[in-house]
Amino acid sequence: MKTTLTVNGTQHEVGHDPRRTLLDTLRDDLGLTGTKKGCDHGQCGACTVLLNGERVNSCLCLTAMHDGDEITTIEGIGAPERLSALQRAFVERDGFQCGYCTPGQIMSATAMLKEIAEGSPSYVSDDLDAPKLSDGEMAERMSGNLCRCSAYPLIREAIAMAAEVKE
Amino acid sequence: MSDTFTMDSPQPRLLDQTGQGVIGTPMNRPDGPRKVSGQACYTADAVTEGVAHGVLVRSTISRGRVTGMDLASVMSIDGVIDVITDPRMIRNPAQGMAGEAPVQPGDAVHYHGQPIALVVAESFEAARDAAQRLTVHYETEEASVTPEGTSASETDDPETAGDFDAAWQAAEVKVDLNFTTPSQAAAAMEPHAAIAEWKDNSVTVHSSLQMIRFNKKELADTLGIDPSQVRILAPFVGGGFGSKLGLGPEAVAAAIASQRLGRPVRVVMTRQNVFDCVLRRSETAQRVRLGATQDGRITAISHDDTVSNLDGEGFSEPVSQASQFLYGADGLSFTQTVARIAATPAGSVRAPGEAVGMLGLEAAMDELAERLGMDPVELRLKNLPDKHPMDGREYSTRRLADCLREGAENFGWAQRGAAGMRREGDWMIGMGMASAARSSMLVKSASRVRLTGDRAVVETDMTDIGTGTYAILAQITAEMLGLSPERVEVRLGDSDLPGASGSGGSFGANSAGSSTFLAARKIRRRIADLLGCAEDDLTLQGGRARGLNRDMALADLVQEELEAEATIKAGKTAESHFSSGFGAHFAEVAVNEWTGEVRVRRMLSVMSMGRILNEKTARSQALGGMIWGIGAALTEEMQNDQRDGHVVTRDLANYHVPSHADVPGDMQVLFLEERDDWANPIQTKGIGELGISGAGAAVLNAIAHATGHRVYDFPALPDRVIAAMEVEI
Ligand code: FES
Ligand code: FES
Repeated sequence: MKTTLTVNGTQHEVGHDPRRTLLDTLRDDLGLTGTKKGCDHGQCGACTVLLNGERVNSCLCLTAMHDGDEITTIEGIGAPERLSALQRAFVERDGFQCGYCTPGQIMSATAMLKEIAEGSPSYVSDDLDAPKLSDGEMAERMSGNLCRCSAYPLIREAIAMAAEVKE
Repeated sequence: MSDTFTMDSPQPRLLDQTGQGVIGTPMNRPDGPRKVSGQACYTADAVTEGVAHGVLVRSTISRGRVTGMDLASVMSIDGVIDVITDPRMIRNPAQGMAGEAPVQPGDAVHYHGQPIALVVAESFEAARDAAQRLTVHYETEEASVTPEGTSASETDDPETAGDFDAAWQAAEVKVDLNFTTPSQAAAAMEPHAAIAEWKDNSVTVHSSLQMIRFNKKELADTLGIDPSQVRILAPFVGGGFGSKLGLGPEAVAAAIASQRLGRPVRVVMTRQNVFDCVLRRSETAQRVRLGATQDGRITAISHDDTVSNLDGEGFSEPVSQASQFLYGADGLSFTQTVARIAATPAGSVRAPGEAVGMLGLEAAMDELAERLGMDPVELRLKNLPDKHPMDGREYSTRRLADCLREGAENFGWAQRGAAGMRREGDWMIGMGMASAARSSMLVKSASRVRLTGDRAVVETDMTDIGTGTYAILAQITAEMLGLSPERVEVRLGDSDLPGASGSGGSFGANSAGSSTFLAARKIRRRIADLLGCAEDDLTLQGGRARGLNRDMALADLVQEELEAEATIKAGKTAESHFSSGFGAHFAEVAVNEWTGEVRVRRMLSVMSMGRILNEKTARSQALGGMIWGIGAALTEEMQNDQRDGHVVTRDLANYHVPSHADVPGDMQVLFLEERDDWANPIQTKGIGELGISGAGAAVLNAIAHATGHRVYDFPALPDRVIAAMEVEI
C-alpha cells in the first residue's frame, strides 16, 4: 500500500507493508536512521518523533494511519554543523553517553518545552494553569524516555540550559 | 613493528609535564555533534542495498531437542526466503574475552529462549511473522530451572586468610546476615544487532560489540574459518555494560544466512530476544558474617554466596570480590557455590561482583555499626587495612579515608541523627552511606598513531560504548603531540586496526589509553630526532616543536607521515601492587509510611580513581553507575517462571530500569586527585564501574535509617519495605 508523508518538510510517497510502523518507514524506507528502535513496544522513547508537532513513539504508529501527516525527526532539528540550541546544550552538558537514546530525548524535550510554554500541566505541576519548567517537571515529563547510560541529571541540565538560552 | 611494553615498574608522569593542557579537561566529546543529530551510525543503521531481514526463533522448552520444524507453515508467507538452522549457530553470547566459539548446541535445547533458528525474509514484518508462526517439534527433558530446585551445584574450596573460625568465635560483637539479589539485565538501549555480508570468501560483520579483538577470533572459530577472513565493525555501540563483551547469536546467524543466501543479512534482536538470550547477571544468595571487638575493630569477615549459571559456562558472578580487599580482619573466609540451572545463562554485567556483593557487604557493615553504636563512617575509617588482606599486596594508591571524610563533610552527614526519627508528613527521611571499591586492571592493548604536519590520526579496534573513548584518545594524543584535540582524528571499532583491550572491566581507558600514549610517545621521539634534540629537551605545544634553540611548526617539520604502533601489557607492578578505585557514596531517601514507596532525594559520591583523563566524561560514567545503584536498590528484578525458567520480565515495561522520575536532579560527584604510578604509564584507574559499586547499598542503608527497619531481599520494592516495617514493629 502507499502512504504520503511530509518528513522534515519534504513530501514522500512510500509503498509499504500494511504492518509497517512509522519507525521502520523512517529508518528503512527513507533512510532517516537517526530515529532509533530500542524496544518496538512504546516502552523506551528512543523512537520519539514529532507528528504534526506532537511527540509520539513512532514504533506505535502504523505508517498506514498517517497519510498526509507531517513528521519531524532528529534530522529535521539540526545537523552537526548547525545544531539547535538543545542539541548544543546536550553536547555541552554531556547529556548522553552511548548516544542511542539521544535523538529520542531531544525530540521529546523539544516537544516538552513547547507543552510547558503552552501551559499544559503535568501530574507534578503546582499550578495547573501555568506550569513552570523545573527539574521535577522535566523528570516527570521526560520519563517516557529511558536512558540506560543514565545521563538523566545531565539531560535535564541540558534542557534547562537550552530553555534559558531561548528565553 | 609493534614492540610490547610491559608494565614492570612505575613510569614517569609525562602527562603532567607536557604543555598542551588538554588532558583532564572537561572537553566535549568529539563524537557529540553526530550523536545529538542522529548521524552516528550504529549497527542496525548500516543497511546496504539488497539487505534481507532475519529474526531469531526462540525455543519454548527448557531442555531437550528440536526434532523438527514445519517449514511449510511459514514458507508460504509472502516474502519469506528461508528458515535457517545450522550446526555452527551458538547457544548464547560468548563470555567476555573468550576468544573462541561459545557452545554450539546443534539441535539440543539448553534453556527456554535459546535461539534455535533464523527466519529470513524480504521484509522485517514478514520475518517477524514467520518467526512467531513457525511450528517447532521438540523432545523434552526434565530440567531444574531454579538454584533452590537444582541438585547440580559445585562448591569451591573456601578462599581464606588467617583463621576465620577462631576470629569469629572470639568476636565480641557479631552480625550474621542473609541477603538475596535477583537476576539483573544490562538492558543497553541498543538491542543486539548485526549486519553481515560476504565477499570473496571473507565476511564483514557490523555488530554491536565491546571487544573487537576477541570477537573476531570468536566469529572465526564459530564459523570454522581463519580470523583473516573476518572483519568486524562497531564504530558506535549503543551501550554495552558487559552484555556485548562476547560475540552473540545474532552475528553468527547473520553471517551464516548471508553466506547461504549470497546477500547481506541484518539481524536485530527484538527486545524480548535480548532478555531471553543475552547473558544476565546471576541472582545471588549471600551470607555475610562480620565479627568485631567492642571498640569496633573488625576481626572476622566471611562472605559466602550461591550464584547460578547454565552448564558449560565458565563464568560465575564474583560476589565477594570487594569483601576480599576492602576491610581488614584477623580471619577472612569466602566460599562460592554455583548452581547449574536450565535458564538464560549468566555473564558479566557492569561491575560483576561488586555491583551485588557490595549490597550485602555494605548493608552488613551498616548493621554492625548499629550494633556497635558507632557511626557508619567511623567504622569504615577504623578498618582500612595496610595491605591487601588476602594476598599481602600493597595498595597502589588508596584515598578511601579521604573520600569518606570529604563525603561526610559535603553531604552534611553530621545532621543525620538517629534512625527513624525524621519525618515530613507521610514521608520518613533517612541518610545512608557505603564505601565504593572496584579493582582496576591493565589488559594487553595496541594502538597506532600517525602524524602528518599538525594532524594526527589514532587507530585501534578499541570501542566507545558511551564511555568517551573518542574523547580521551584524542586528548592523550593531543597532549603528547602538542596539538589542539580537533587536529586529532580517532578511528575505532574496526578489526583491521591494531587490537586493543576492548571495553570491559573498567580497563578500557587504562589499556587503550596507555597503548595510544606509548604510540604517541614514539612519535615524540621521532620529532625530537627531526628537530635534532633529545626527547627530554623537546616541548610540543600549540602545533610547534621546540628544543635546543630551534622552534618549528609541526606543519613544516613533519612533512612525511610519521607512524608508530605500540602495545602494552601488565607486568610486575600488578604482582606487587593492587590497584583499585575507591570512593564513598552518600544518599538521602524519603520512604512513604503507607505505600512503602522510596524516593531518592539526593546523592553524593566522592571518588578517587587515578588520573582523570576527561572530567566531563568521567563524571558521566560516575553518575551512570550511581543511577544503576538506584536501580539495583529499588526497581530492577528479572523474574523467571518457576516451572520452565522462561524470562517473565522480558521487556522494558516489566524490567524496571531507572527512569528520569526515579532520579533526583541533585546527584553530585566529587573527584579527589590521584596518580596511580603502579597501574600504567598514564596513571589511571578504571571509572566505568566504580560508580555502581556500593551505590545501591547507600540507598538501602538510607532506607534502614529512615524507617528503622532493614530489607534483606533486594530490590527494596514497596511491599518488601512495608513487610520489613510491619514484621519488626
Ligand atoms: S522503540 Fe518506540 S518506544 Fe521503544
Ligand atoms: S545515552 Fe546511552 S542510553 Fe542514553
